[in-house]
Amino acid sequence: MSSALDNAPAPVPGSVGTPPRTGLVGLLSRRHVGTITALIALLIFNFLFTPHFATMQTLSVNLTQVCVIVIVGVGMTMVIATGGIDLSVGALMAIAGAFAPQIFQGMLFPVPNLYVGIALGIILPVLLAGCFGLFNGWLVANFKVQPIIATLILFIAGRGIAQVWTNGDLQVFKVPEFQQIAIGRVLGVPFQVWIMLVLVLLSAWALQRTVFGRQVLAVGGNEQAAWLAGIPVRRVKLLVYVISGICSGIAGLIVIAMNSAADANLIGMGIELDVIAAVAVGGTLLTGGRATIIGTLLGALIIQLVRYTLLANGVPDAAALVVKAGLIVMAVWLQRQDRA
Amino acid sequence: MPRLHASAGFGALLALVLIVGFGAWRYDGFLSEYNVLSVLRYNSMFALVGLGMCFVIMTGGIDLSVGSVAALSSVVAAFLSPYGLLAGLAGGLVAGLAAGTLNGFIISKMKILPFIATLATMLAASGVALLLSNQQSVPASYDTNFMALGQGDFLAYAPEWVNGDEVGFFGSAIRILFGFPIPAWIALIAYLIGSLILNRTPFGRHVLAVGGGEEASRLMGLPTDRTIFLVYVMSGFLAGMAGVILAAQFGAGQPIEGVGWELFAIASVVVGGTLLTGGKGSVGATLVGTLLLGLLFTVLNFENGMGWISLSAYWQSVLRGLFLLVVVLLQSRLTRSATAV
Repeated sequence: MSSALDNAPAPVPGSVGTPPRTGLVGLLSRRHVGTITALIALLIFNFLFTPHFATMQTLSVNLTQVCVIVIVGVGMTMVIATGGIDLSVGALMAIAGAFAPQIFQGMLFPVPNLYVGIALGIILPVLLAGCFGLFNGWLVANFKVQPIIATLILFIAGRGIAQVWTNGDLQVFKVPEFQQIAIGRVLGVPFQVWIMLVLVLLSAWALQRTVFGRQVLAVGGNEQAAWLAGIPVRRVKLLVYVISGICSGIAGLIVIAMNSAADANLIGMGIELDVIAAVAVGGTLLTGGRATIIGTLLGALIIQLVRYTLLANGVPDAAALVVKAGLIVMAVWLQRQDRA
Repeated sequence: MPRLHASAGFGALLALVLIVGFGAWRYDGFLSEYNVLSVLRYNSMFALVGLGMCFVIMTGGIDLSVGSVAALSSVVAAFLSPYGLLAGLAGGLVAGLAAGTLNGFIISKMKILPFIATLATMLAASGVALLLSNQQSVPASYDTNFMALGQGDFLAYAPEWVNGDEVGFFGSAIRILFGFPIPAWIALIAYLIGSLILNRTPFGRHVLAVGGGEEASRLMGLPTDRTIFLVYVMSGFLAGMAGVILAAQFGAGQPIEGVGWELFAIASVVVGGTLLTGGKGSVGATLVGTLLLGLLFTVLNFENGMGWISLSAYWQSVLRGLFLLVVVLLQSRLTRSATAV
């Protein structure tokens, strides 16, 4: 660990992460104070004014809706930490979601039994999404294409691939064993929430405590300096897009498992906005160099709670869009003030 | 560096000529009056949005909100269309200007990254459009002459003799000139003005200077913030104009239209050889890029009509992505060889 720090480039003012601390205290560092305050304020408001808020059902609904955003957000945080962006996440979700049912139902190739089929139906689509992520990374790292344009290509074409493959048809399936990944419960908590927690903790640890995490932040802080310091900039960039692809693939599988149906037209539609908003609200610098996975989790919770609060109090969905827009701008603006 | 610029623009023009030649050779009716005019009428909206995007990209920014701003202004224009052409036009333009001003303010004053700021405006504009229209398309009025903005032409003013069948080449040329759709005239005039602004005014030079190096332009004392502010106002204004045409062409304000317009606009700007990193660009090449992309899909439709292949609508997005990929890779190569020289 210390050797990684020694190799790190000279800190750029205001653009490096906080020094790593141990345990949960380290993860919930001081810069989350604002986010947590907002979250608590929202909760108090809801306890006071929203009918039936303090029920298990509300908690469950909100948690399952936030899971997908957080899982995609883990990959997005990594990408944004390098100073990039991934617009293709929704399309990659659609690709993974459209392929999985065909695999575990044995439509593409014969599978020996249900469990092997399900295992392949989980692993192969996630790998496929990872490969598409690799394609994004390849464009960004090797051809120096701006990330927003590079991922725009799959944003357009990715969903088209899934639609062409399924002919745009809805695939309904009834495989309870597969659906466990979304609706099964462990210790009373939906399995997808466990997946989310594991991914969040794993990536928060990776970002703060591993060489790779330091390299990600260094590339985002000052790419030239990182390169001069001997950091494999290209490999780091490739990897974060692969991670983002894999996270999107997992999220796509969770969505189809929840619905017991795969619709290439709808899976992950528009999710990139929610995810970017969550990352921004969570306090990750959109210019790269400073990132917090826990912040993204909190950001996603805030965005979900805002939407729920508005809906539960009879505000139309369209107005929620306007509120979300204001929230994004305010969060990013506050970040800037904070840094200045 | 001018070599790169010229070669990319020239490549786009060459591709345009090739695709027109291919279409004329392969399909009956490809160069028919009807097809030519309807391609122009439909693509005028994208041309306008592309022009605004071209200026934004030349400063090194991006405007993702153009599609939903156009949708919003189409709704506003449709609401005001019963009060006449001017009311509808003014309403749509004001809506576009308002969105553009908001973008410009957030980006140049609050110093928020263009793509985040315009992403937020994109959400907000589509939210406002949905709220105003109650999530339904808003019929525009047929009682006033509002529809002329989208569907009209000056054919009524053409001399009588060109309307026969046997008028020869000269006669049809005059007929096409008078039959040139009003939205295409609007786009053409916008491009002429845009070209003058870019090449003949200090503002145009500021745009390229800011895109070439924002900090350097600031240090040289150029009005950097004002330039950035103005390009987004311009982009919003042009998206508003496109929205007015949208409402007039399809007879209704469309709150959910405009999805993916920003991609189309970005693609046509890039195809035209404008550098995505800013500092270099051409207005005319963007027009060529828009026509090239528009014709590509006309060709696809004709090909489907021949019955040899049947590409579903889903293929369009795959092909669009592939096309963008090719262009981006080409541009990356060109940039690299240009900087190597």
